Formats: sequence, C-alpha cells, structure tokens
Amino acid sequence: MSEDEREPPYLYPDYVGTRLRAPAKPLVQLPNGFHDFPAPLFPRSLAELDHDLTRRHSGDPIGERIIVSGRVLDSDGRPVRGTIVEVWQANAAGRYLDQDDQHPAPLDPNFSGAGRCLTDAEGRYRFITIKPGAYPWKNHRNAWRPAHIHFSLFGNVFRSRLVTQMYFPGDPLMARDPILQSIPDQSGRERLVSRFDPETTVPEWALAYRWDIVLRGRDATPF
Amino acid sequence: MSASITPSQTVGPFFGVGLPFEKGEQIVPAGSAGSIRIEGQVLDGHGDPVPDALLEVWQPETTGLGRCRTDAEGAFNFVTVKPGPSPAPDGQLQAPHLNVTVFARGLLRHLVTRMYFPDEAAANRADPVLNLVEPERRSTLVAREDGGVLRFDIQLQGERETVFFVI
Ligand SMILES: [Fe+2]
Repeated sequence: MSEDEREPPYLYPDYVGTRLRAPAKPLVQLPNGFHDFPAPLFPRSLAELDHDLTRRHSGDPIGERIIVSGRVLDSDGRPVRGTIVEVWQANAAGRYLDQDDQHPAPLDPNFSGAGRCLTDAEGRYRFITIKPGAYPWKNHRNAWRPAHIHFSLFGNVFRSRLVTQMYFPGDPLMARDPILQSIPDQSGRERLVSRFDPETTVPEWALAYRWDIVLRGRDATPF
Repeated sequence: MSASITPSQTVGPFFGVGLPFEKGEQIVPAGSAGSIRIEGQVLDGHGDPVPDALLEVWQPETTGLGRCRTDAEGAFNFVTVKPGPSPAPDGQLQAPHLNVTVFARGLLRHLVTRMYFPDEAAANRADPVLNLVEPERRSTLVAREDGGVLRFDIQLQGERETVFFVI
C-alpha cells in the first residue's frame, strides 16, 4: 500500500467539514524529490518545562495524570532526532482553552493544554499531562470526539510534515468517529491508538501511554 | 523493509491554544529593510471565509518558518523577504517562490501550494513547477501587486480553486 493510500481522503462527506473545504480539482504531482528539501526549523526556543502540561500554573490540574511517550522514526526505521513535537488538547472535562469552544464544561485554571518538546538522539519524546475528556462537536446528532491529543511534527524534510491525533486504547467512541474512520484501512487507524504501557508507568504517580510515530522520509532514492 | 507511515488527522478548530506563536507572521520584523508584506484570504467552496485555518510559509535557506492563523474574515498576512531563484532536484532553476502549507478544520490532511511573484514573468514562464500546471490555472499561484502589498488568496475549492500539490 502506498503512503498516499494510507492517508485519509480530502473529501470524506461523513465529516461534514470536508465538504466545502476539500479540493475538487486534481492535485498536481511534482517529480520525485521536489518536496525533499530540509524541513522548517522551529523559530522559537523551548523552555525546560514545556513538555510538562501539568506544571504551567500555581496548582495541579484536575484529572488523571498521565505520561505520553514514544519514538519518532522515519519510514526507513531511523530515529528522527532533534525535531520539535507540539501537542495540544482539551482538559479532563473535554473543554479547550479557546474562545470558540462552546461546550458547557468547566475550564480548569491550572490547565492550558499545550506543550512542546524536542526528540532526543534516539528519536524519543515524552510529555506529562492529564487525560483529556471526550467532547461533543455537532457534526451529526450525538457526535462526540473520542479522547485525543493533537500532535504536530516537522521531521527532516518538507514532505515529513505531519499533524495528527493520538487516541487512547479501548475508547468506544473511536468506532463512531468520522475523523478517525476517514483513514481507509484498519492498520492505519490502529497506528493512531496509543497503548497502555506498564513499563513507563510511574508507581504511585502516573499511568503511561506509549505511541510511536512514523514520518515520511525522502521521496527520491539517492544514487 | 520500511515501516508504514502514521496517517494524518485534521488540525481541528482548537489549534489556537497550541500552534500559533507570537509574531509568527513576521518571518522578518515588520518594516525592516527589504521586507515585503503578503496579505490574503482563505475561502471555501462557497466563497465564504475560512476563519479556522493555519498557514505556514517556509523558504528554505532564506529565513525561518512563518505561521499565521486566519481571522474571522479568513484573512492572514506574512512579512518576509523575497527569496531568489533556487535549484530544483534535477538541477533546473525554479522561479522565486514561497512554500505555503494550509491546515484547517475540515482538512484531514494539510495542503501544499506555492506563491510566485508577479514581477518575475520571465522566470515564472520558465519555472518547471508552473509548467506542470494547466495554463489556465497557473495564475492561482501568482500573487498580485496591490498598493505595496502582495495579495495571495487561497481558494480551497471551486472554480478559481488554488492549485495544490501532491505531498
Ligand atoms: Fe480536538
């Protein structure tokens, strides 16, 4: 299966938001290698606690403290080093710190819901956060997004750019979510589901989830 | 044996808490020598503004990354410097251009397009990427001069749909 066949289509009518925003004309294919130039460098520096979403305010956020970690690899299995990973999410009640979020659930004064970190020499990243809540989104009657964390990554080359969402194992809302179900094959959908990881769980402190990310590498094979 | 890639998902409507950063639209400081200002609007298939899109501009080897979210009118702007011509992977020269990436609620994958410059007619005519595009659609990739500002609108769908590239 090609990389493109693993991706969701632009037009997926069950996700109503795609109907007027998906391009209707064919996308233009560039010759091999045209998107292999270096990926953007993130133009801001990171602070020490940017990876810890639970320590941005004076108090502890409400919710289940969790550790989310994993590796960022390219499609040849090589670690992607020193790349920025940006995350954002709802609070434990399913509410974003965003003016446009109208869900009648409480904001948490101790949780903003954004974090950043850089991958290490083995491509590893690690965040400390709270488990986000599900939230309603009006796509259809009784539409609820499964709990998820949004991820944004750059990787090594321009075509590695990825914005996606990480889900939690066993969430019954996943089967009813048109955004996740837009991914055509089961193995692709499973790639977005983290696994509970007793190994990285910290006793008496926080449960842990593990999620590895594979980015597109260079298109052109160097001679 | 290669590992299969992690699929894309939409940026959703609530990326504002996570992705925009202060003065992200100023790839170079506003008013600095040689800076140019780009303004545009993101529009949907009905021609309505897209108020929850995020744009990134990337000019390899020229500047840093620019990032700007659209406002209630779908409007965005960037301040940057004009890049020079750049070599394509096959050695041909490409006309000066910006790489523009579009994220939005309703886009399950991001879109990639290019902004070319209106004062580069000869270079644009010879550009290997513009020449892959049907002649009647090429103008969607070229900004227009508009009173000291470069105007570059992005139509996601419809008759004047912007040309997007397979990533
Ligand atoms: Fe979300």
